[in-house]
Amino acid sequence: MKLEGRKIYKGTAEAEAIVTKDAISFYGGVDPDTGKVVEVGHELEGQSITGKVLVFPTGKGSTVGSYTMYRMKKNNTAPVAIVNKQIDTIVAVGCIISEIPCVDKIDINNIHTGQNVIVNGSEGIVEVK
Amino acid sequence: MKLTQEEQDMLDGKFGKAAMKSMEILTTLGEIFDAEYMVEVHGVQIAGVSYDNLGEAGLDFLSEMAEDGKVRVLTTLNPAGMDRENWQVLGIDEEFAKNQNRAIDAFAKMGIITTCSCTPYLIGNAPHYGQHIAWAESSAVCYSNSVIGARTNREGGPSALAAALTGKTPKYGYHLDENRHGQILFKINAPVKGTDEFGVLGKIIGDKLVKLGKKIPYITGIPSATVEELKSFCASVATYGGTALFHMEEITPEYNKYPKPSKIVFEINQDDLDITRAELTDEDLEIDFVSIGCPHASIHEIAKITSLLKGKTVKKEFWITTARPTKKIADEAGYSKIIEEAGAKFAADTCCVVAPIKERFKGIMVDSAKACYYGRAKNKFKVKIGSIEKCVEEATK
Repeated sequence: MKLEGRKIYKGTAEAEAIVTKDAISFYGGVDPDTGKVVEVGHELEGQSITGKVLVFPTGKGSTVGSYTMYRMKKNNTAPVAIVNKQIDTIVAVGCIISEIPCVDKIDINNIHTGQNVIVNGSEGIVEVK
Repeated sequence: MKLTQEEQDMLDGKFGKAAMKSMEILTTLGEIFDAEYMVEVHGVQIAGVSYDNLGEAGLDFLSEMAEDGKVRVLTTLNPAGMDRENWQVLGIDEEFAKNQNRAIDAFAKMGIITTCSCTPYLIGNAPHYGQHIAWAESSAVCYSNSVIGARTNREGGPSALAAALTGKTPKYGYHLDENRHGQILFKINAPVKGTDEFGVLGKIIGDKLVKLGKKIPYITGIPSATVEELKSFCASVATYGGTALFHMEEITPEYNKYPKPSKIVFEINQDDLDITRAELTDEDLEIDFVSIGCPHASIHEIAKITSLLKGKTVKKEFWITTARPTKKIADEAGYSKIIEEAGAKFAADTCCVVAPIKERFKGIMVDSAKACYYGRAKNKFKVKIGSIEKCVEEATK
């Protein structure tokens, strides 16, 4: 299944999807050293987003979150690609400075955790295998 | 987005890596928010300076940008996590000081003026009416849009830096006339005076805006306001309401440029001020810390503190947070000597919000509603709001 969205940051990546219906705050909500979601009560609490295609509706929280994403990339704990329903500035800036392929304007109900997903950030296309 | 040749060249890397990364950030934001063009900015204010907020991650990014990045417009910095000269007296540890200086050095390498103040408009980064700028620091954003009538969105650290390194920002949001109209009318039916009371008013309006999902208040019933009162109001309404722009009848420059809102009217009476003032003071309070200068104290405020402190002895930790250039004026005027001899401390370049002082004090007294918010949320203090006079009285009690 091919889903068409909007390109946010270029590049292509293929990996297993991890999907949540909760917004994500990278600053304080994700541990950049372990790659695990640490926000109390979050749907993904305790789960690692490292090396996955991370699918979530939108970002939230402090603008410092962009820097946290950059830190994760340097630590090799970052997701390989990001898919959003509606991008926010924190995640957009985080993807650009960390060079993580990103697409938004995707109906994320069509993607399920564990599916293999190809994200083409250059064309704004997400392919679910 | 439609880019000029120069903007396209930046995006293609012809102006170096930092300019390319910056233009990537700006064009992406422009596309997200449907901007058609870039606009030239006349000045930039950068937030995300305190190592307490930045961390090693932010510092890595800044160091990479500083490899070949140079600012193209006047650019100043938000407060750092410490006074750059006086940090030991203020109890900042050496490791933190070392890391903080690494961050400031990276900014300096890019040609940024390392003023470290949240009131750039008081110390030389002062746009005029109608100019496009790209500022971070929510209180300064609100002041420049509203009180000066300049135009900026609420930038974050990286997007403000990107604007500085390219001299551009995407033209959307508050850069456009159509997004600057007042949305809700607030009628103030009580006298409002002093920085503390303007902060209380900012909280009332900010809280209401959040509930209504609105952003731009139009305020009537304030006959006059000083620069200091307006800066306190801006800090508060931006903290509690996320507000980047307000209009105040007969006071701010754009108040009669757009139609006065009439559909939604909200009245604020003496009761509302009293209730909200009480909300900004915790119960079971033991005050061991007093801080004035959120946003950074003006020279006028420092003169006032000087006259209040003359001949008295400070009995509690008492900080006056200000911009270093303002501190230098205070030095030359002889104010600093009187203030320091009384036992109060200057904390230039920093403030009680961004310094690494979590849990160091039990209770803080301030004249700022913004400082109450961060005192509680970030530093886990109990808080009390009061006028500058009451703050000095508490510190010398």
